Amino acid sequence: MAKTRVDLTWQELEVGAVLISPGNAAEYKTGDWRSIRPVWDRDRCVKCGVCYIFCPDAAIYETEEGWFEADLYYCKGCGICACECPTQSISLVEEEE
Amino acid sequence: MGKRFGLEVSLSAAEAVKMANVDCIAAYPITPQTHIVEHLSELVNDGELDAEFIPVESEHSAMSVCAGVSAVGARVFTCTSSQGLALMNEIVHIVASMRMPIVTILANRSLSGPISIWNDHTDVMSIRDCGWIQVFANNGQEVFDHVLFGFRVAESKNVMLPLMIHMDGFILTHVIEPVEFWEKEQVERYLPVFKPVHALHPDKPVTMGGVGMPYIYSEAKVAQDEPLIHAKGEIITAWKELGDIVGRYYNPVETYRHEDAETLFITQGSYGETVSLVVDALRDKGKSVGLVMDRLWRPFPFDEFREAVKNAKNLIVIDRAISYGGQGGPLAIELRAVLYKGKNQPNITNFICGLAGRDVTVDDFKNIYAKSMEKIKTNPLEEDFEYYGVRGK
Repeated sequence: MAKTRVDLTWQELEVGAVLISPGNAAEYKTGDWRSIRPVWDRDRCVKCGVCYIFCPDAAIYETEEGWFEADLYYCKGCGICACECPTQSISLVEEEE
Repeated sequence: MGKRFGLEVSLSAAEAVKMANVDCIAAYPITPQTHIVEHLSELVNDGELDAEFIPVESEHSAMSVCAGVSAVGARVFTCTSSQGLALMNEIVHIVASMRMPIVTILANRSLSGPISIWNDHTDVMSIRDCGWIQVFANNGQEVFDHVLFGFRVAESKNVMLPLMIHMDGFILTHVIEPVEFWEKEQVERYLPVFKPVHALHPDKPVTMGGVGMPYIYSEAKVAQDEPLIHAKGEIITAWKELGDIVGRYYNPVETYRHEDAETLFITQGSYGETVSLVVDALRDKGKSVGLVMDRLWRPFPFDEFREAVKNAKNLIVIDRAISYGGQGGPLAIELRAVLYKGKNQPNITNFICGLAGRDVTVDDFKNIYAKSMEKIKTNPLEEDFEYYGVRGK
């Protein structure tokens, strides 16, 4: 992976800290904000995708088989998916560390 | 050689802005800066200056407009005073971090309260750490020259920082002085067309003023401070070339009869001219006195200052602002730090005077000199500073 902004020295910044390439907010890891993690119970999940629609960070993706999972690089553990799930198939598990 | 005009200093300052061929002026009138803005609006209205004049609703908006104009790569000017500067404070800091070469004249006036429209340097010192290049002008000619110098330095590729010219309110803004204008050809030779490093344009989108998370903020601040520190080289070059073109040479620290002087007055702004008369008068009486005027305030000229005072035994620092609860006025605090651990450790006495336009005359400065000599003789460390001429003190 190319050098991310976390590694930049002051000399490597553009004049005025201008950003010359779009989309670099995607580099920013928000997953380390998380204290709880969503876990799907596939016995209850009906693959409706409500969690995917409601996730405010677009951190839930669909697998090839149609299941839904959280992208833990971005998931902040807000719990909205678990709250909105119509079959109560998402539980929030404490992060161990 | 340019033509000389007898003109109010504010009007000649506006004429200099016209000569700099600015693209936009965004300003809100405030005493004692008003005549500069008024005259610029006349120049635009009369078709003498082809620029946008944006009469904004506040100083906060004035500096915000300047940021927008600078962002698209245009040349922009504004000016303000005191409370106006306080209101634009938020954006004053931001444009420095965004490296926008905005040139501003600050017509120096006291900050309220009590409410005051008169002159001192309390507004200057309120934004000491805003990241702008800051220079003091002592008279109308210096204001005129420094407007052109200002754009030249601010816009140079390795600097790209906003620049503020300090001129004393009323003492300069409202007096008529002879000022030598520049020839158009001289301006063209001195001030190239502004070429921004980055500009907002749909063909090449960029993001300006983004968020700086903790992992990048410190790097961004060093990337802002380093060019300010190193701007001194460009500043000195620009002064040298200005001198070669119009015959007036400027320095980061200006001196008057200082080489062999035992005691030096240290001033900022127009008081330097008054004190030069005091130096002459005291010299006539056999006193060994000289004068050092700080012209460049940020970046601070450490080497030049140490060099200028190296032979002096006593410094009398004249401050026109207060650092409440601090060790004297802001200039004295700075100079004590500059000389700490140096080879030369002169006695430093500090007088805060001339607040809110209270006159400090030649006789007052003679009195300050006598007080200073007395303090040094009796106990140089007795007091760190004195409010001069304050009743009951």
